Amino acid sequence: MMTMVDLKGLKAKAVEAMESEGTLRVVVGMATCGQSAGARRVMDTLKKDVAELGLDNVKVAVTGCVGMCTYEPILEVLEPGKKKVTYIRMDPEKTARVVKEHLQGGKPVLDYTVGHDHAGNLKNLEDLQFYAKQERIVLRNCGAIDPENIHEYIARDGYAALRKSLLEMTPQTVIEEMKKSGLRGRGGAGFPTGLKWSFAAPNKADQKYIICNADEGDPGAFMDRSVLEGDPHAVLEAMAIGGYAIGASKGYIYVRAEYPVAVERLKIAIGQAQEMGLLGRNIFGSDFSFDVEIRLGAGAFVCGEETALIASIEGKRGMSRNKPPFPANKGLWGKPTIINNVETLANVAQIILKGADWFRSFGTEKSPGTKVFALGGKINNTGLVEVPMGITLREVIYDIGSGCPHGKAFKAVQTGGPSGGCITSADLDTPIDFDNLVAIGSMMGSGGMIVMDEDNCMVDIARFFLDFTVDESCGKCTPCREGTKRMLEILDRIVAGEGTMQDLENLEDLAENIRLTSLCALGQTAPNPVMSTMKHFRDEYLAHVQDKKCPAGVCKALLGYVITADCKGCTKCKRVCPVEAITGEVKQMHVIDQALCIRCGACFNVCSFNAIARN
Amino acid sequence: MENLRNFEQVCAILKEHDHNPNRLIAILQAVQDVYRYLPEEAMTFIATSLGIPPAKVFGVASFYAHFTLEPKGRYVVKVCDGTACHVKKSNDIAEALRKHLGLNPQSQTTPDMLFTLETVSCLGTCGLAPALVINNEVHGLQTPQSAVELVSEIQARETAVHA
Repeated sequence: MMTMVDLKGLKAKAVEAMESEGTLRVVVGMATCGQSAGARRVMDTLKKDVAELGLDNVKVAVTGCVGMCTYEPILEVLEPGKKKVTYIRMDPEKTARVVKEHLQGGKPVLDYTVGHDHAGNLKNLEDLQFYAKQERIVLRNCGAIDPENIHEYIARDGYAALRKSLLEMTPQTVIEEMKKSGLRGRGGAGFPTGLKWSFAAPNKADQKYIICNADEGDPGAFMDRSVLEGDPHAVLEAMAIGGYAIGASKGYIYVRAEYPVAVERLKIAIGQAQEMGLLGRNIFGSDFSFDVEIRLGAGAFVCGEETALIASIEGKRGMSRNKPPFPANKGLWGKPTIINNVETLANVAQIILKGADWFRSFGTEKSPGTKVFALGGKINNTGLVEVPMGITLREVIYDIGSGCPHGKAFKAVQTGGPSGGCITSADLDTPIDFDNLVAIGSMMGSGGMIVMDEDNCMVDIARFFLDFTVDESCGKCTPCREGTKRMLEILDRIVAGEGTMQDLENLEDLAENIRLTSLCALGQTAPNPVMSTMKHFRDEYLAHVQDKKCPAGVCKALLGYVITADCKGCTKCKRVCPVEAITGEVKQMHVIDQALCIRCGACFNVCSFNAIARN
Repeated sequence: MENLRNFEQVCAILKEHDHNPNRLIAILQAVQDVYRYLPEEAMTFIATSLGIPPAKVFGVASFYAHFTLEPKGRYVVKVCDGTACHVKKSNDIAEALRKHLGLNPQSQTTPDMLFTLETVSCLGTCGLAPALVINNEVHGLQTPQSAVELVSEIQARETAVHA
């Protein structure tokens, strides 16, 4: 059984292990994105070379995602009393050189670092503009600690908030603190977390549950994956605190099966916490017992909705039901249940430890704290960013994301995934918070932020999201099941050049009806991507319907590529064509076989003589 | 087909989950890991063992995207069509692979059972879009050409093994 002294002692030991004199701590970012960029091979080389050279003072560790996807694989060297060195875009050869010259020889390999000034003073990740406007609460441990080692979490005050809750606070004061903090659910709708907890707390029941919703189904969002992969204990600790507050002794984590790395790290974390008595019976000697079980999602977006998620944990088809009764009164197996999203939970321990006032010092009055966004699409710095609420979209896209690549013009940013909408440059100075985003026709959602440039067709984007919701509609209520299908059929006609003005009117009617009459949020918000693009980009819809043209050159039925007389016969297009649709001899004019052509535009993009015309 | 009628592994899975119908999804996931799809016989067997109607098992199996009722190829290629990938033209990657493998959206598996081509909603590697996964290995920053090359390499390897 752990006492207060145990935790303090453990922390001191863990800090000593991480920062002892003369030790070089070398970490490699091994989240999914790091691994897909080749981090595993970097890690293998690092371990092998360090062992071969007998570098006993070097400690190699895995870490989570630092958020800068474009620089992966990332390797960092930390030495007590010295500035951290960040190596980017590593491969086995570069790693071998770093081991020899830096880890053994003590001289950083400047060429591979993230940058340095004229005097040779190294920059590291924190010096980049990418980080200048960020504030890390949720991601504070991601990329800093080894997620597979509970001691490193404890070194950074891990489980101190749980200890404080159990030994110094009552369930009521925990809930009061959460209410005071103003933390709102980060899963999308922004419901106040403390208030939610207070609904379940007074209910009398032989069993209550707390569920962590890690079914991150929003295409374009991956912050929950990153937190689970980089800091799984933060989620477990928060679930235990929530369990204490509402009187639940059992927690479930409902996590996507598409996230194998996250699942593995969660399993390891649960095992370690159980072994140390931080989960299990009589935690910290109190009379509070709590345990956590993992349930894998099986690929259904609707399971992000509370009642559908509960049905899925019960082994049923994930279909939502009418509320009330709300899960806080009647949830999993009919018992009071609270469901919180991963990012929401990742804030909890910090709020308990540092207090509601500290938390409120970030963000805005109505949306305190930070929000993690997954910045993707047509933007230079793709990655995960955590910013205080109230920052403007412009700051995120231009100061942090550094704008659209290849000098292309910014067209729109999509937030809120399939439930959200597109925001144009006219609204870029809006401070980001839950209410403002709704006011400009989008929503926070889980935090996907996809930037689109002049080459993206907004009708195609609307069709893309509708296609997704049609696929993911659970089929229970008619407006969502049938209505979204009809909307998709209309959009299919429009992108095929067969749309009529009546179609546009019908789209708007359907959208309004589906929004008003669907059973759950999936259906209610499904028309949003169509409504917001029709509002802001009506001219593009009209171009498709009236002129039978796709101004952005995306909708294939309205497109064709032909080679003009300017062709010099350089063969570049022929080589780049993925389906061998282009024929022609060197220095002869080439021809595209329209039957084979898939209209991918690869030839158009490589031609040096502007000899390929798009119509 | 021999091992289809021999449900030893299915029995072990059922036992591991205490024959608890609440754990149906976890059971089906484990069974699919064994057969790489859910054979009808296995689903009926599971229903009988759990004391629930086969229609319920089939209902769950057909509801969730991860379950497949047909055998898949040895290499499952999943082209991500999440938002970040879509705006970076993931459609062209899927299209090029379909052409290369002679598939269409209706028939997703090659006759030699080597490849199954699917599109998926989001793999969560949006920072490296467009991405695809071949048997759990993620490949980021793809183009139609590089994707076709990845598949060609596998084809060449397989032909070499069989020659």
